[in-house]
Amino acid sequence: MKFVDLHLCAPWTDLEKAKYLIAKSAELGYNQIGVPIPASAEEKTVNKFRQVSMENGLDLVTRLDLVPKTPGELLAGLRKFRRKFEVVSVLCSSKAVARQAAKDRRVDLLSFHLHDPKKRFFDRAEAEVALASSVALEIDMTQLLDIPEGYSRVGLFTRLQRETATAKSFNVPIVFSSGASQPLLLRKPHDYAALTCLFTLETSLALEGLTANPAGIVERNREKLSSGYVAPGIRVVKETRKL
Amino acid sequence: MTRIVRRRYLALKIDCDVSVDSKAVSDAIWNAVVRLFGEVGASQAGLYLVKYDENKSYAVLRCSHKALPMVRAAIALLTRIGDKPAAIHVLRVSGTLKALDRK
Repeated sequence: MKFVDLHLCAPWTDLEKAKYLIAKSAELGYNQIGVPIPASAEEKTVNKFRQVSMENGLDLVTRLDLVPKTPGELLAGLRKFRRKFEVVSVLCSSKAVARQAAKDRRVDLLSFHLHDPKKRFFDRAEAEVALASSVALEIDMTQLLDIPEGYSRVGLFTRLQRETATAKSFNVPIVFSSGASQPLLLRKPHDYAALTCLFTLETSLALEGLTANPAGIVERNREKLSSGYVAPGIRVVKETRKL
Repeated sequence: MTRIVRRRYLALKIDCDVSVDSKAVSDAIWNAVVRLFGEVGASQAGLYLVKYDENKSYAVLRCSHKALPMVRAAIALLTRIGDKPAAIHVLRVSGTLKALDRK
């Protein structure tokens, strides 16, 4: 089974810390990691990260986190950066942005503020739109570890139960990522799968969210970004000269 | 002869910057289970720290097989042992200690 963590927050400016975090990720059994890269990042730095990942036996996926305030800002960001990154995630800060992100095929992952119940917009309408454009719901597991015990954690479990049930009923793929920026916040894939039982999700679905769903997104986008890609299922195999 | 209670043995790796004693590890796991599932849940878990190697930061925990998902969830949710930041990773799960050692 190939485990994917699409949101490993390796510090971009500190390669030594990033190396340690990437090595820890490999030690815990991941095969593919998605590292959020700033839009202004240089190719040289990306290659260094790729090299470090390869040394640890990991496949690096370039990821862009968009945090738009308006739908217009989201569209501008997608137009500018979509073809430069393998995975694009949108952190939805308003309902309008969430709806726009869900209906745009260029978006791969929908993220929501886990700690703020007023900023969680994944309802039935959102799920219906997301399904039509193959956008997945991303849940960062680190936020589960971060949250203080008591009322706020209970509230979070309730919201996650509701959202995962909505995603399941509409067949919207769920992706579980670590979202970890420190090695002690990283957990093994099976531990994350165990954590999903807290919001009443079956283990098989949880494992899909750590394997097939994120791997499928990466594979689909890599194919789209390859030179011969024309449309889904159509690609240039050989070019012939005009007579 | 069949055993009435089916058990699971978990091999654990304790990830902490400083060394911690077996009581601290045992307390941390117990507290995590009690906080997450309550006293009734913890009573059904049948938790017992079978082995602990402080030098290798390796432990073996026993629990009831029915309580395995909740024990794993509580362990995954642990972020501190005592007042020290820590993480506990489940290396292996087995039905007998012998099989766990073999793995």
